[in-house]
Amino acid sequence: MPDTAIAEAPAKAATGGNILQIRNLEAWYGESHILHGINFDVNAGEVVTLLGRNGAGKTTTLKSIMGIIGKRTGSVKFNNQEIIRATSDKIARMGIAFCPEERGIFSSLDVRENLMLPPVVREGGLPLDQIFELFPNLKERLNSQGTKLSGGEQQMLAIARILRTGASFLMLDEPTEGLAPVIIQQIGHTIARLKKEGFTILLVEQNFRFASTVADRYYVVEHGKIIDGFSNADLAANMDKLHTYLGV
Amino acid sequence: MQALYAQLLVGLINGSFYALLSLGLAVIFGMLNIINFAHGALYMMGAFVAYFLLSLGGINYWWALLIAPVIVGIFGMILERTMLQWLTGLDHLYGLLLTFGIALIVQGVFQNYFGSSGLPYAIPDQLKGGMNLGFMFLPIYRGWVVVFSLVVCLATWFLIEKTQLGAYLRAATENPTLVRAFGINVPRMITLTYGLGVGLAALAGVLSAPINQVRPLMGADLIIVVFAVVVIGGMGSIMGSIITGFALGVIEGLTKYFYPEASNTVVFVLMVLVLLVKPTGLTGRAA
Repeated sequence: MPDTAIAEAPAKAATGGNILQIRNLEAWYGESHILHGINFDVNAGEVVTLLGRNGAGKTTTLKSIMGIIGKRTGSVKFNNQEIIRATSDKIARMGIAFCPEERGIFSSLDVRENLMLPPVVREGGLPLDQIFELFPNLKERLNSQGTKLSGGEQQMLAIARILRTGASFLMLDEPTEGLAPVIIQQIGHTIARLKKEGFTILLVEQNFRFASTVADRYYVVEHGKIIDGFSNADLAANMDKLHTYLGV
Repeated sequence: MQALYAQLLVGLINGSFYALLSLGLAVIFGMLNIINFAHGALYMMGAFVAYFLLSLGGINYWWALLIAPVIVGIFGMILERTMLQWLTGLDHLYGLLLTFGIALIVQGVFQNYFGSSGLPYAIPDQLKGGMNLGFMFLPIYRGWVVVFSLVVCLATWFLIEKTQLGAYLRAATENPTLVRAFGINVPRMITLTYGLGVGLAALAGVLSAPINQVRPLMGADLIIVVFAVVVIGGMGSIMGSIITGFALGVIEGLTKYFYPEASNTVVFVLMVLVLLVKPTGLTGRAA
């Protein structure tokens, strides 16, 4: 199946309107060519997961969408607006929020300052009381230094702070990495609840068992390209292929 | 005893200049990662702008306190936009060499037009005279310099450590890419921060004009000591720069009283000792 056909086929099955459309996205780190023509779509209100081995280009795809990679070409349309040449601050102000794999908690800021750091870019962000309802631990540790939190709490803080901003499209890069099963479960519940509230989520995960609890659709990334795509309903039928792709 | 108090006051005044200048350097180093060797020249420009405002425009000291830092701050922002921003991600040495070159050019231009001798700048009428405190005579202008510098330093500390804008600055120091991805225009913030740091240097220049006269090399004489202050306080540390600035001024003053021969070197001896014991400076964090 041609690459663009892989991108479009499962997307057409989904219900919401197209919010993100990526065509022939290529990206470079210095001289290294990492993405070799990525194509996929995300519809409003769904959770789409990018699966793939380490180094396949999943994180680079998110960074390219966010505009924080040195050189990128192709087309990234958000709400039908081309953003491939936009700077990351402008992209954020359009309503895209990014939660990085390394969490990006600032050590010189306390939890409250970390939480309040991203500016509100549009209406519709979660108020603080709802955020504390989702992550009660954060409320108790508001005055602690951000990097003194446990790994799980730091992940909650990293997700919590982008929920305030009013961004409707969230990109979460491996939110379960290195976390205890009970915390992974809590993050799973949070993502499910955010989906119910209408957020659109693009998730990068290596843990597809976790992803299967929240995702509507999957794309598999390998060597900087999308090599397959299927919906959650087809997950069982694609399990053998998936094991081969991920080498598990 | 009167001599001791007089030296303490001189120390506090020098400490005020050290604190204002090292604070600006700390802000610039923290945000831009640039060791700004042009800082002394920009301090000198602050004093010259005050001099021009008075001699050419009849604009008095009080307005100069506001206008000179703004003018020199804008000059600094132009330097940042046209030259310094291209050094992002390069070794510190490039920034150091570029700003050192800028300092030499600026000082050279002023020296060419105004020579090396000082131009007079009168103390404003409201701050002339002095007060007898019983144990010493306090010239009012010098007392004003100490108090005003302290207020400006604390206001800058408050801005950076206790406000949302300061949180942006601190976060951008750690991870500018992520802060920008939150929707904050980091390049513009860096330019404004450089302008703020430079404005503080110019403010110190205006404060200094009535005490030290206005000379093209007034900054060159001071900047080496100020760098020692920044190293002792901890590169990039705001409160460290303020406390160390005032403390070293006082230590220098006391040395002038007890052992004058060492007064010019005491700061550097302290710098060596601090670097031996705590290489990150008294309040600095390890990179």
